[in-house]
Amino acid sequence: MNKRAVTSLLLLLTVAAFLLSLMAGKVWIWPTSWMADNADGWIFLELRLPRAVLGLCIGAVLGLSGAVMQGYLRNSLADPSVLGVSASAALGGVVAIYLGLNLLPFGLFACAMLGAGSSILLLLVISRGGGPVGFILGGMVLSTLAGALTAFVISIAPNPFAANEIINWLMGALTDRLMADVLTALPFMALGVALLLSTGRALDALTLGENGAKSLGINLLRLQWIIVLGVGLAVGGSVAVSGVVGFVGLVVPHFIRAIYGEQPSEILLPSAFGGAILTLTADSLARLVPGPGEVRLGIAMAVLGAPFFLLLLLRYRKGAV
Amino acid sequence: MTLTVRNLGFSHVQQPSLIGVDATFEAGKLIVILGPNGAGKSTLLACLAGLLKPDSGTACLHDADITHMAPTARARQIGLLPQGAETHWAITSLALVALGRIPHMRGAGTSSDDRKAIAMAMSATATEGFAHRPVTQLSGGERARVLLARVLAGEPSWILADEPLANLDPGFQLDILNLLRRQAEAGKGVVAVLHDLHHAVRFADHLVLLHEGRLFAQGSVDDVITPANLAHVYGIDANLFKDKEGAVQLFIKGKVRP
Repeated sequence: MNKRAVTSLLLLLTVAAFLLSLMAGKVWIWPTSWMADNADGWIFLELRLPRAVLGLCIGAVLGLSGAVMQGYLRNSLADPSVLGVSASAALGGVVAIYLGLNLLPFGLFACAMLGAGSSILLLLVISRGGGPVGFILGGMVLSTLAGALTAFVISIAPNPFAANEIINWLMGALTDRLMADVLTALPFMALGVALLLSTGRALDALTLGENGAKSLGINLLRLQWIIVLGVGLAVGGSVAVSGVVGFVGLVVPHFIRAIYGEQPSEILLPSAFGGAILTLTADSLARLVPGPGEVRLGIAMAVLGAPFFLLLLLRYRKGAV
Repeated sequence: MTLTVRNLGFSHVQQPSLIGVDATFEAGKLIVILGPNGAGKSTLLACLAGLLKPDSGTACLHDADITHMAPTARARQIGLLPQGAETHWAITSLALVALGRIPHMRGAGTSSDDRKAIAMAMSATATEGFAHRPVTQLSGGERARVLLARVLAGEPSWILADEPLANLDPGFQLDILNLLRRQAEAGKGVVAVLHDLHHAVRFADHLVLLHEGRLFAQGSVDDVITPANLAHVYGIDANLFKDKEGAVQLFIKGKVRP
């Protein structure tokens, strides 16, 4: 299939998923009542719109981050959640809430981004030279540690309300976010996305290994910092506003590669579209599940993503990945 | 154009791997670096390619210090075929060869110069036939040629090849050697790290023999491949002879008796 046609199709699907997310829910809201001066209009402006914008942004951010991390580590099992980056961002956020830093402007964002960025650095240090398996193991150590420390902070939370607030935020959801929160997160994510999109050519060069890339004039140290900063801003920003939503970055690039081929630069932008489509659709479906409450997006993605990861691991064992 | 190293020294975690190496390489020749495992061959090549910063001394391209050259400017002059034939993604041969143009690329996409250089590199290595096949599906010999085409596509004036024959069948080894030979004849400087002494004797214009990080001998085949040098450096009993066609060949009898 023609790549330009596929990209147009992805764009179209993204728009469709965005519209679906605006309409779907326990109450369906049709475009005719979007601007209406009644309950429907209010639901649209205050609940649906921020939620859809957020889904679009964090989906794109996570899909792109997954594609960049897989390209950089030359490992198709890499992903912000698998490698503990999201968990570390969450730890940063939890510490911020515990210390009350979330009341400062950008306090929660800064801590989540710091958590995400430093976890990648740590991962690069502890997994260097370990090959694909080394990174997965390093990521496991990081996410276990971050999870344990997060649980610790929750357990010493000063009151049940604080603990509840933390847990609610952690579970990963797009519900009840204020437009103001979304707008605060946007510039950080946009900057992160811009940084990550600039890595295409260097990631292509890394196909030849580190020495090959260096001999082509690629500055690997600079690339590493761009990725640390880019993923830190993008994933940190997305976790700060929506908690941990896993596996988007793992799943999406695999489908995109099947269509676009494996050249790292070719899959960056499509992975952002794919991430947005997956996240918006999953969130819309989660809303439609019958019952009193709704399935949280973070939980839905984990239920979908974990078996997919297992499938990849099995294929990897056969040497097919 | 010359590639010169003066008093070059480099240490890997306090273990010296190159000590005071002086050498001058001229373009238009196939230069072969020899030496046992751990003699510092790859380290020397990495210093020449600008991948490693020497601890002492200098590596210069003409009169510019390689470690101080801008990475892109250096990459346009010096092409490296790294050890291990790494290709991490199943991209097509054409896409892989195109990576060689990265030092020349400014904006997005490829220019007509890029496409011309890629086509010439692929025709020189006879790799056009599988331009659209993923590199991961190629045989070892095909992939080695595609990887060399990648280096040629960058149109460097120097080609550095680190063990380009590893894991190749004898026929494919000769393909690669002939390709390198042709590049040298076309006026490029070619520096290759080889393990096979027979190939070195047959193909090299200039030999550099390293031993325990030091330059042990350099010069023509007759100067370097002497029974005394081979016994001292490799611990083998070997000598040169002329075969029926008058070509110089190496005969290895066995290990030197202690």
